Amino acid sequence: MNTFDTIIMALVSLKRNPTRTMLTMLGIIIGIGAVITMMEIGAGSSTAIRTTIERMGAGSGIIYPGVRRVAGIKGGTNSWASLLPADAEAILRECPSVALVSPVVRSSTAQAIFGSENWIPNQMYGVAPSFFAIRDWEIAEGRAFTEAEVNRNSRVCVVGSTVVKELFGGISPLDCEMRINNSTFRVIGILKSKGANMMGTDEDDIILIPWTTMRMRITGLRSGSPTSTTSTLSTRPGDRYPVSGVAFYPEQDSSMTSDKLVIPKFTYIDQIAFAASSPAKIDQAQQEIAALLRERHKLVAAQDDDFRIRSASDFMKMMNKTSTLMNNLLLGVALLSLVVGGVGIMNIMLVSVTERTREIGLRMAVGARSRDILKQFLIESVVMCLLGGIIGIFCGHGTALLIEAHLHWPIESSPGAVVAAFAVSASIGIIFGFYPAWKASQLDPIEALRYE
Amino acid sequence: MALIELHNIVKNYPLGDEFISVLKNVSLTIERGEYVALMGASGSGKSTLMNILGCLDRPSAGDYLFDGQELGRADGDIRAGVRNRQIGFVFQSFNLLPRTTALENVIMPLSYTAGSLSHAERRRRGLAALEAVGIADRAGHHPSQLSGGQQQRVAIARALINRPPVIFADEPTGNLDSHTSVEVMNMFEKLNAEGITVILVTHSQAIARYAKRTICMSDGQIVSGLFEGGIAQ
Repeated sequence: MNTFDTIIMALVSLKRNPTRTMLTMLGIIIGIGAVITMMEIGAGSSTAIRTTIERMGAGSGIIYPGVRRVAGIKGGTNSWASLLPADAEAILRECPSVALVSPVVRSSTAQAIFGSENWIPNQMYGVAPSFFAIRDWEIAEGRAFTEAEVNRNSRVCVVGSTVVKELFGGISPLDCEMRINNSTFRVIGILKSKGANMMGTDEDDIILIPWTTMRMRITGLRSGSPTSTTSTLSTRPGDRYPVSGVAFYPEQDSSMTSDKLVIPKFTYIDQIAFAASSPAKIDQAQQEIAALLRERHKLVAAQDDDFRIRSASDFMKMMNKTSTLMNNLLLGVALLSLVVGGVGIMNIMLVSVTERTREIGLRMAVGARSRDILKQFLIESVVMCLLGGIIGIFCGHGTALLIEAHLHWPIESSPGAVVAAFAVSASIGIIFGFYPAWKASQLDPIEALRYE
Repeated sequence: MALIELHNIVKNYPLGDEFISVLKNVSLTIERGEYVALMGASGSGKSTLMNILGCLDRPSAGDYLFDGQELGRADGDIRAGVRNRQIGFVFQSFNLLPRTTALENVIMPLSYTAGSLSHAERRRRGLAALEAVGIADRAGHHPSQLSGGQQQRVAIARALINRPPVIFADEPTGNLDSHTSVEVMNMFEKLNAEGITVILVTHSQAIARYAKRTICMSDGQIVSGLFEGGIAQ
């Protein structure tokens, strides 16, 4: 008996009991629908994560100072002022996979004042002009500051749209003078809005100024733990800071004197932002930077890094891991409901075999082989599951669209999920349809013909 | 070569720890073109014998040669093929598929025939078979819309669809009134005249009279009609 005929036969016999067929398929419809919805939401959220990371700058990363450990006590992040502006320059010069580098000096307490309004932005960074490219910031109005302005310690700033709203009442502040702590700054540019990121942080709540100005006017000298206190006495022409009465050498503790010659470093910066020449080269860039910084910081093999590098891809991996875990969990529940649906299929197929015992006997008497009977019932259950699967795919997609419309969750239809749903429903048809079909094929024709 | 040859057929059914013997050393020869009635009281073993002849059941011992081919111990698929192409069945209770048209019932066995025919060819043959039993105008009707006699005609058309050399009829008139019984029996007579071997199972003397040879069974053994040419009493 050819397969096409069998499929037609299966459809005809399913049509004879439309209510029963619908109810049986419902289990598969719900299961497949749930799987599709979950997969679309999952795909949507991982795309959203990727977009966020790309907004943060694809292929970008940040170098943090390392953790200082004194006599077994760890100082925590940023406890070791180990990064120098010269490190940033060297990275750009010597690491082939790194395209852009910018020193970063941060302040979380600086207050911006304009007229009678004031505002402490979430992010207040002193950076180099390359920072705009590293983080994918676009200028909506005005311009970014230049290398020359960085060298001159110019009091210019670029502000984000949240700052415009909070500080300037939404009116374009271009060329306005505002105060940050006790210095006046001219607004020369407004950043294009990025909105909130996946973590819920408002990316637009930001003020960017030249990093030299930040050091000079706002944060002053870096003051970490006593052992990492820096000197501003410049022994090199490239350093830009005046002396202000800080001890030339930091105090040394016993461990430092015992095992390491400490060369005082000057004019530390908080972070170095960098961008690889392409997002794919980010891991290579990290390795090059690590090797270079170890060399520059004169670390011997036994010593830990005095810096940490974190890239957007690490962050993305972390975020993806969380969302994948959640998604798999929900997918597991959805698959469970598919199994329940499958049991329903098996149940109904068993009923159907019992009901049609005489028909089976007759078909055997007129020449159906066991495998013809097996095929007939197996195809019937597969057809039922596939029909349920198709309806489920549409229901699932519809649910996902509803969720997108009402809850504003990001979704993304995935052809892979549709193919998988198809395969899964066919497999369920085979797995749960096999026993009833096998039972039918093993009937004794004489008994079956006599069955009442 | 005879169409059907049985040699020392034994059929036992397990009953608790023991076996009950339903057929005891039955040997029988039926030639091509015969019209045989298999008679006997209930429990005489005539139905079991017919099930074995029709390849629905296997003998416990003995040889069953159909057209020279041993079938009693043959593979299930071979037996299914024989049922499909060489044997036509007509049952007492018609055994038509409900909610399926007469034509579809008639062409149903064709879907199990190797080397499938095209759909159009199947319909053509189905209609021809219905024509032969005289109810071509009812091709689109469901069994529930047909009278008993018409249903049995559909069943006969189904049995004939693969042009088998032999037709088994198990109490074909058991569910019919006397008038339609005559019509159905006339049809078997006509088929036999065309050269088809007809084997009837019945307990009615009136029906058995249509046959040219009557085989009487009792207690698992053939008591008369063992040889061709009338009741040997």
